[in-house]
Amino acid sequence: MRWWWIPLGLFALFVGLAGYQLSQPKEEFVRSTMIGKTLPAFALEPAFDGLPGASDADLRDGKPRLLNVWASWCLPCIAEAPYLEQLRASGVEIVGIAIRDRPEDVAEFLARHGNPYTRIGADDLSEVMLGIGSQGVPETFVIDGKGTITYQHMGDIRASDVPVLLEELRKAGA
Amino acid sequence: MIAELGLAALWLAAALAALQLIAGFLSIRHPTGELAQLVRPAAIVQGVLCAFAFGVLLWLFAVTDLSVKLVATNSHSMKPMIFKLSGAWGNHEGSMLLWITVMAMAGGLIALVERRLPEKTMLATLGAQAFVGLGFYAFLLLSSNPFERLPMPATEGLGLNPLLQDIGLAFHPPTLYFGYVGLSVAFSFAVGAMLTRQVTPEFARAMRPWVLGAWVFLTVGITAGSYWAYYELGWGGWWFWDPVENASLMPWLAATALLHSASVLAARDALRAWTIMLGVIAFSMSMLGTFLVRSGILTSVHAFAVDPQRGSFILILLTIYIGGALALFALRAGSVAEGERFTTASREGALVFNNVMLCAILGVVLMGTLYPLVTEAFDVRVSVGPPYFNPVGAIFTFPMLAVMAVGPLLHWRRDKLARVRTPLILVGLVTLTVLVLVLALYDTGILPLLGLAFAAGLAIASFLPLRGRNLRLVPVATWGMVVAHFGIAVALFGMASETAFNKERLAAVQAGGTTDVGPWSVTLAGVEPVAGPNWTAIEARLLASYDGGEPIVLGPQARSFWAPIQETNESVLATRWNGQLYAVIGNQGEDGRWQLRLWWKPWVTLIWYGGLLVALGGTLALVGRVLEDLKRRRVRTRMAERRREARA
Repeated sequence: MRWWWIPLGLFALFVGLAGYQLSQPKEEFVRSTMIGKTLPAFALEPAFDGLPGASDADLRDGKPRLLNVWASWCLPCIAEAPYLEQLRASGVEIVGIAIRDRPEDVAEFLARHGNPYTRIGADDLSEVMLGIGSQGVPETFVIDGKGTITYQHMGDIRASDVPVLLEELRKAGA
Repeated sequence: MIAELGLAALWLAAALAALQLIAGFLSIRHPTGELAQLVRPAAIVQGVLCAFAFGVLLWLFAVTDLSVKLVATNSHSMKPMIFKLSGAWGNHEGSMLLWITVMAMAGGLIALVERRLPEKTMLATLGAQAFVGLGFYAFLLLSSNPFERLPMPATEGLGLNPLLQDIGLAFHPPTLYFGYVGLSVAFSFAVGAMLTRQVTPEFARAMRPWVLGAWVFLTVGITAGSYWAYYELGWGGWWFWDPVENASLMPWLAATALLHSASVLAARDALRAWTIMLGVIAFSMSMLGTFLVRSGILTSVHAFAVDPQRGSFILILLTIYIGGALALFALRAGSVAEGERFTTASREGALVFNNVMLCAILGVVLMGTLYPLVTEAFDVRVSVGPPYFNPVGAIFTFPMLAVMAVGPLLHWRRDKLARVRTPLILVGLVTLTVLVLVLALYDTGILPLLGLAFAAGLAIASFLPLRGRNLRLVPVATWGMVVAHFGIAVALFGMASETAFNKERLAAVQAGGTTDVGPWSVTLAGVEPVAGPNWTAIEARLLASYDGGEPIVLGPQARSFWAPIQETNESVLATRWNGQLYAVIGNQGEDGRWQLRLWWKPWVTLIWYGGLLVALGGTLALVGRVLEDLKRRRVRTRMAERRREARA
């Protein structure tokens, strides 16, 4: 055994480690660190004339809800619109937060793709979005009746996500 | 139709690589056989076919052919032409094609011009080059086809990441690629020499221009990348120890070591096994970097095309090539005799010391880069940054710089330090003077302090090899060394100065308000919207005046791109001979004041001027070596002619 076996040995170690890491499921997103914590205080103006704005107080009246971060300019938001509609039909209350949006665009989006929301706040500076640890649109949070974030869904809601969200809402006390 | 032509050329090139591999390895024992005749032409045609395929891709991007998936996902009809073209390599598939193209063209070039190596080593080298190439062809053709069509042509492209829409970055990746792939040639040379057991000074001389060329490209690439990150990302720093940056630094460190050990082998027939190992390691670092960047295995601010499946593919390639070469090295290193002896105090001794230090620094960077991978296996997420890299790297860097100042003054084989006492004392005095001056005048950390002092010492020392010589008779390659070493000193001075004397100011300023940073006073004259070809922005009008002088107008922007939607900060720089003012405009607060971020960075530009000097030195050395070789070849032909005449 001479020193010239050392590079091969080190390389074998690296391959083992890298292979192990590659075979591990990879967390694609950065989860919010706010899960299990109380919502930060906020009060947002209405995003358009049709619905009231949103504040944290609206989300701590005892009834679990979904908090949906979206925008009219976001394409996946169109894709998830039918499933939000489906959730609303199952009796879920959904509060929207429109990110960097314009009232007329919001109204047009809702007219075209349906309106599942009870309230929509306008988050023009993404402050609330960042405050609850959301990194993109769309994103959906389950809030229990006491204003605590219990679950985070990243990306658009698809058919298979609907039962998961309903189950999370049930666990949150619906 | 055009895209299909490109694809066909690629398949044909891959087939030729297979032929080159088989013919090359089979004819090592019979280098004059018929099979051996195929190897060089195969390599040359392969290079031409790849160049054609890459040309096709450029064409598709130039005309924005939206029926090609790669164009539709990475380009946009509204982009300026230069960014349409750079879109061709600003993505995973295109950059892989660029990689294989450079590699095949290098193989063709070896086949065309290389005449120094014994024929069988030459055949083994081209065989090894084809072996490496085949893996990349497989990767490209089976999992990342750049010419894939969409079932339905898209109506408009998705655009190029706005951060990449920058002239510096358009040319930064190809530059690095020339470097990475140039090292694949050194790798093939090393494998070829191991297979035929012919590790000779001739071999080192044949390999050296390739290593030098690759190293120059790497140097330029890293320098440009650092400057790009500095002015484009808007965070005011020039090196972040990000895995992607480290991925380019590690092959550079290995190539630097290889360059110097190849010189020892060429001049003195020593360090045979060590040179071979560095040849393998240098390219391993290129591939490792590619793996880290593309597998998504490490989190990085600029990793792209993250895909575990591609990661597995590259890991398999790594295992075959690097594992194979290292196994071959372990088996053959013993039979490659160590060559000539030398004493510690000699040119070789100094070069060996610096080789070991360079490898140690490489180890430090490699460990820091891979450490998060290790901890993640135990479910702990960490990121390793400057607090580790700077001091731990410095432990090896400063001794290396000291020996770097002395080494070029020593004779080959055996020397006494006493012979160079006077120049050493001079260098020591300069270093010490700067150290004391800085310590007395400024309050700074230990690393920037040492950096400034060593930079001054090295700057003087790098010119000492010219002392007492007729400057017109000094070989070009020696000038190259002098310039490159001086460049290191210049870059080091820039880095240390930026760290030691950097001034930062984060201010909220009303329109018309004034703030200051270092010797600058900056007035925010106004903020107005502006529009570009595919973005809108707000632009601040800053009046910056240095030390009460005439104000200059600066316009930092906060840009919004809409395809894809992204916001970037276009910082502005005011460059003076003694440093740069760096300004970034931020958000407007509720009270109407604008956030303004300002830095005054004395001597910061020396970092990149130093890098360019290093590259210039490398180029001079390359030119010098090539000229020397040509002269030697002419002499040899003339001797042969004369011998023939004498016989007749």
